[in-house]
Amino acid sequence: MALDKKGIAKRIAQELRDGWYVNLGIGIPTLIANYIPQGIEVEFQSENGILGMGPFPYDGEEDADLINAGKQTITALPGAVYFDSALSFAMIRGQHVQLTVLGAMEVSENGDIANWKIPGRMVKGMGGAMDLVASAENIIVAMMHTNKKGESKLLPNCTLPLTGVSCIKKVVTNLAVLDVLPEGGFKLIERAPGVSVDEIIAATSGKLLIEGEIPEMVIEE
Amino acid sequence: MNKVVANVKEACEGLESGMTIMLGGFGLCGIPENCIAQMVNLGINDLTCISNNAGVDDFGLGFLLQGRQIKKMISSYVGENDEFERQMLSGELDVELIPQGTLAERCRATGAGIPAFYTPAGFGTEVAEGKETREFNGKMYVLEKAFEPDFAIVKAWKGDTQGNLIYKGTARNFNPMMASAGKITIAEVEELVAPGQLDPNQIHTPGIFVQRIFQGEKYEKRIEQRTVRIKG
Repeated sequence: MALDKKGIAKRIAQELRDGWYVNLGIGIPTLIANYIPQGIEVEFQSENGILGMGPFPYDGEEDADLINAGKQTITALPGAVYFDSALSFAMIRGQHVQLTVLGAMEVSENGDIANWKIPGRMVKGMGGAMDLVASAENIIVAMMHTNKKGESKLLPNCTLPLTGVSCIKKVVTNLAVLDVLPEGGFKLIERAPGVSVDEIIAATSGKLLIEGEIPEMVIEE
Repeated sequence: MNKVVANVKEACEGLESGMTIMLGGFGLCGIPENCIAQMVNLGINDLTCISNNAGVDDFGLGFLLQGRQIKKMISSYVGENDEFERQMLSGELDVELIPQGTLAERCRATGAGIPAFYTPAGFGTEVAEGKETREFNGKMYVLEKAFEPDFAIVKAWKGDTQGNLIYKGTARNFNPMMASAGKITIAEVEELVAPGQLDPNQIHTPGIFVQRIFQGEKYEKRIEQRTVRIKG
């Protein structure tokens, strides 16, 4: 069965490593904070100016001066730090953040990403996405494999305006985990539980590389 | 040096139609509420506003949009505002969207006397169209320029009469860089104190950057997305 959004978040959480600073985008990426593997310590950066972001506050304890990049009320963990937006993006562009996870509308087989603009529709802006994808060493895209019309979001080339070029290293979808190879192409790493390689082939329009047996993801309930 | 002005009216003297104005804040967090209200009162228009966001329909910069006082918005993200959307789609409002880190650095550069800088953000996208690009160590960068604002308006938690400022939580965001960038910088604070009341070690914006300071009459500090967890 294809993963739901929680499942995608759980699978990406397995990529976290002890000691990493991590920036999570809005949507599925935000859920990852709920599934940090036992025994490792990571710290979440939110680009509006906090490291050491904690969970949502209890009802009645919200603070208007304490929000995340999605403008949601949050809490700060012991050891947290606040900073201004220029310093925040110095952390990001300066590659001090080890992992960025964000959503996408399209990813191409050479690692281009489009996630900010659909021509003809209201454009809300790129926020910090262009800075994040231009600089991060390690970027994982969390998204559904196909769009609402059933069309593949993993393409030979992006059709929408780009957010960044040749920057995505890994894509985790409801169907699969795929590495974006430096020479181009999506290498199939894992299948979602019960999803066949044929289903993934059918849902992928970019170049797909399949070598040997493709293992199933192990997702804890 | 005493930077105190009597009230918001005095603080906003000299703000005129057609000016370029920087306003601090991220979403509704850390926005200069009192000065925005005064800009509505002044009825000035044709403004170019540099601010990360454009408020919501009935709060923040949304008030200025309602009165069609803004000619151009320079922001990184402008969702959550129907009136904004209407004016943008009808062509009444000019909008320049720029990456958030580039926006922050352009503000910082303005205050720091740096006319332009190279950033990797936006290379290969429409943001880089018409801009100089250059390769450094095998990677491509885009040349981005400082702003030329007439006024910068910021909001801090505490300030002293010298204009030294301390921000609270994530309400800091764009305020420090914008404070440094104004030809005239207006700071509104929740609590205005005497010199010596703030620990010099803890000050975020030194008073040298601030020309006018006052204690805001009231702060609604509206929350845009109230998210909570259940106890237990």
